[in-house]
Parts: sequence; structure tokens; C-alpha cells
Amino acid sequence: MITLILPNLSSDLLAILPEISLALTLVAIVVFDLIFSKSKRFLPFISLVGIVITFAFVVLQFGDPKSAFSVTGNNSFLSLDNFSSFFKILILITTAFIVLFSMSSQEVNSCPDRHGEYYALIFGMVIGMFFMVSANDLILIYLSLELLSLSSYVLAGFVKTSVRNSEASLKYIIYGSASSGIMLFGISILYGITGSTNLHEINSLLHFTAASQLTFVMAVLMIFAGIGFKISIVPFHFWTPDVYEGAPISITAFLSVASKAAGFVILIRFLKITFTQGLDKSGYWQMLPYIDWQLLLIVFSIITMTFGNFAALWQDNLKRMLAYSSIAHAGYLMLGVAVLSDQGLMAVLVYFSVYLFMNLGAFYVVMLIANKIDSEEIDDYKGLGYSLPLLGTALGIFLISLTGLPPTAGFIGKLYLFIALVDANMITVAIIALLNTVVALYYYIRVLKAMFLTKSEKHIVVKLSPLNYTVLFLLIAPVLILGIYFTPLINLAKESIQLLGF
Amino acid sequence: MIEVGLNHFLVVSTLLFSMGIYAIVTRKNAIMVLMGVELILNSANINFIAFTRFGNFGLQGHLIALFVIVLAAAEAAIALAIVLNIYKTLSTVNIDEVDSLKD
Repeated sequence: MITLILPNLSSDLLAILPEISLALTLVAIVVFDLIFSKSKRFLPFISLVGIVITFAFVVLQFGDPKSAFSVTGNNSFLSLDNFSSFFKILILITTAFIVLFSMSSQEVNSCPDRHGEYYALIFGMVIGMFFMVSANDLILIYLSLELLSLSSYVLAGFVKTSVRNSEASLKYIIYGSASSGIMLFGISILYGITGSTNLHEINSLLHFTAASQLTFVMAVLMIFAGIGFKISIVPFHFWTPDVYEGAPISITAFLSVASKAAGFVILIRFLKITFTQGLDKSGYWQMLPYIDWQLLLIVFSIITMTFGNFAALWQDNLKRMLAYSSIAHAGYLMLGVAVLSDQGLMAVLVYFSVYLFMNLGAFYVVMLIANKIDSEEIDDYKGLGYSLPLLGTALGIFLISLTGLPPTAGFIGKLYLFIALVDANMITVAIIALLNTVVALYYYIRVLKAMFLTKSEKHIVVKLSPLNYTVLFLLIAPVLILGIYFTPLINLAKESIQLLGF
Repeated sequence: MIEVGLNHFLVVSTLLFSMGIYAIVTRKNAIMVLMGVELILNSANINFIAFTRFGNFGLQGHLIALFVIVLAAAEAAIALAIVLNIYKTLSTVNIDEVDSLKD
């Protein structure tokens, strides 16, 4: 007599249609690359088709929360709630932009015979992120995080002849594998204490049994370190500046937005499912009394944003400066998590949606200029605002938005974050974050000063293709429109904060 | 005759973990650092199997260990490829000498 291990296999498979379609796209890219080895320029279009189909499946799943691959009772491996769908949409939008970036990136086009593996690995990353955002089980979290990491190690060193690329990938894999090993050790100890790797099961065990304090706290902190590496918060940030500076710009942009988003989802799910015993009336999470998460997160996020902003002050390389700025942004985002309420969670969602466009936009302009002048040094940007008025203005808009000034979308992200902080009576923290924004203004404006207030005899012409104009428009429009008309985004974020099981 | 229990396994795995961390922190050769990472992964594997055997958690721990072994192999393959590439471009695998990117 054969017993079905997974009785709902067919409905479970339907539930992961987006992931399946991503995997099929990956296979299609590899097969197409093998058969038509002469015509690589179709590969991005296959990728875009795959992204659009997956997008349709994700949108169809939105508003229909369910769990998939449950083995016992309600404890499933995947929870496909609105929260995960929201981040899947963000990841897909980012991926589409990255594919469009790569089409005009000189670094990627310098190795035309390896385009097949480039796009295949990008899809490997996306599949990893998709499982990360819906994973409900520590082992699935670990495996999907490694799927994302392994693909990104290779992509960070995509141009094999470039010293910068090779160095970035070496540093990335050494720091990355060490931190994920520590995370796995933490998971193994947590498994020993609780007897389960499922977040819901661990949560219900923590309700009734007082776990041995020190061992438990150590295990959780080890897991936290692994997640912290992915989102590059400060004690675990060493890799970020080097990898961001060394990797091809399209991959840097991808890492700074999508992989950070997936890391944050794991952090939020881990915190909210494992360590809460419910919500109170106004949406604040009631935490189990094992670890003072609020204090821990506030301390980490203040250190992160302060360090990121001050280190960015004396960077001369624009990519490296944006790396430190992305560390600072991770600090702001973590402050939204530290509120430990649904309102804080909504602020994180809003912040991520606008961060996507402004950060990708800044990297895109840097890429287009680097294609021409082959440098990202701020000194080489002198006077560029006059020879390249369109790109200069676009970079100006993105940088002002990254600072968080109105009327750009960055202001809305910061506004909701500060509202959440003030509502939770965290006034001191809000003031520290506000002062940090002032510091950030200095180094963003420094780039604009070099571009517009210094004269240079060099006249540089960058020829933009219609594709470049379209992508630039698609990135600027949301940054400007969301700064003025943001109600739909807020409503979408409000619908997306429900995690399955609450 | 001492009965081998859970604690013995935990001591071994903790020793392996510490040795792995020590290798990562002190070694200059990239290959040695990666061997330290393998030690950490295997110490976690010993934990998983010991806990599932002595805690009567079914077969879950064994399955997890299998997944981790496959993953460690994949990671080692990619890491060696990257180190080989570094050796081709810079003719060194000493991490301290790979330092063109810094503040």
C-alpha cells in the first residue's frame, strides 16, 4: 500500500506556478543558448517573456493567501500570502529592469559568448529569491538563500578577465559562505532545542516551554547574523563596498535591491512568525520574552545608518558611495522592522517600492556614463551636467530622491517610516534617523556639485538608444509620480502586510 | 565502557566549528579559508544527525544533512572555480594580496 506523502500534490504544484515558470525560463535560456549559439541577442527577450508570464501568475495569486507543501497540519513549507506576492512583484520588476540594463551594459556585452549563462544565472537568483520570500521553514530558507548566493557569487565575477570582477567574487564567496555556514550551525542548534525547523512549530513550542536561555539566544543570533549578511547591516557589511564596486554595474544594482528585499522578507518572517504571540488591537506585535528584539534592532539599525552615511562621505568612487548609501538605507529599512508593528511593516513595503526605482535609476545613469568614460570616479564627473544635460538631471532626481527630499518618491518612503516611528513613541530614534538624512544630503549633493558647479573643457557625448530613453523614462516617472500621487501604493502596501498564520 | 551519547557528538561538532572559524580568521590562503567553511558545514551536519538520532525527531535531520552535503559540494565547486580564476588573473591565491578594492 503506497501512502501519499504529499496528498495535495497537484494543488501544491499549482501554487508554485510562478516558480515553475521561472525554472522553465531558465531551461529555455540554456537550451536556446546551446541550439542557436550564433544569435545571443534573443536571450534577453526570452528572459523578458518569462518575467511577464511569471508576473501574470503572481498577480493572479495576489489576494488568495494559502499554504503549500504542508506535511503535518497547518505547518507548511511555503506560505503564499499577499506579503510574499508583494515582494515577488518587486523582485520581478527589478529583474525586468536588470535585463534591460544588461542589454546596454558594456561589461556584459564584452563577453558575448557567455550571455546564455549570464541570463540563466540571473534566473537562478530570482528562483532563490522567490522561495526565500515565501519560505516558512528554516531549511528551505537556508537552501533558497544559498541558491541566491551561489548564482550571485558567479555573476559578481562575470567578466573573468577583469581584476575588479574576480576580486569581488572572491571576497563575496569567502564572506558569504562563512556567514551562511554560521547561520546553518545556528539552525542546527535551534533544531536540537525545538525539534523542528518549521517557524510555526517553533513558535508554538516557544509558547509553552522555557527554552534554555543562553544556547537559544546564541542560536538565534547566529541565524540573525546570516540574514544580516544578506541585507548588509553593519557588523556584517564588510563585503558590501568591495563587491558593489567590483561587480558589473547591472549585478550591483540587482544585489542592492532584489537580494536585499529577499533578505528583509526572511528577517520579517523569522521575527514575526517565530517570536510573536499575537497582535494587539493597534497592530503592535506582542513578542515572546526571549530576546529584546526592539532594542537589538534599534541598536543595529542606528549603527548601520550612521556608519553607512559617514563612510559614504569620503568615497571618491560613485559605485562605492552608492554601496555605502545602500548600507545606510538598510539601516532605515530595519528601523521600520524595529517598530514591531503592522504600521512599521507597511512603511518597509512603501520604502522598498520607492527604493527600487530610485536606486536602480542611480545605477543606470552611472552605468550609461561609465559605458562611455569607463570610470565611476566622482572627479571624472566634473562638468558632465553641461555636456550631458539629460543624464545629469536624471541622476540629480534619483540622488535627491535617495536623500528623501520632496517632491520625489524618496520623501514618501521616509515620511511613512517617520510616522510609524513617531506613532510608536520612538521620538529619539526618529530624530537620529532625521539627522542621518542631513548627513546623507552632503554626499549626494557632492556628486551634483561636481556635475553642475564645476566647469570642464572636456565635452563628452553619450549616444542614447531608444531603449535607453525608455528605461530612463520608466525609472524617472515612478520616482516623480509616487512623490505626488502615492495613494495606490499605500493601499497596496496595506493589503500586503498580512502574513499567513496571523 | 562509556556509552557514547549526545554530548559527545556535540563536543565534536563544536570543536569542528571552532576549528573552522579559526581557519577562516587566520589563514591567508583562499583554499584554506574554504576548507574552514567546509568544516563549519560539516559540524552543522553532525549536529543535525546527532539531534535527530538522540531526540527521536524521525528522519528529518538525516534528510537535512543530505541536502547540506549536496550544497557544500556545489559551493566548493563554485569557490574553486573562482579561486582558479583569481589565480589566472593575479597569479596568487593569498587573500591579503587581493586588495585592489579598498577605501
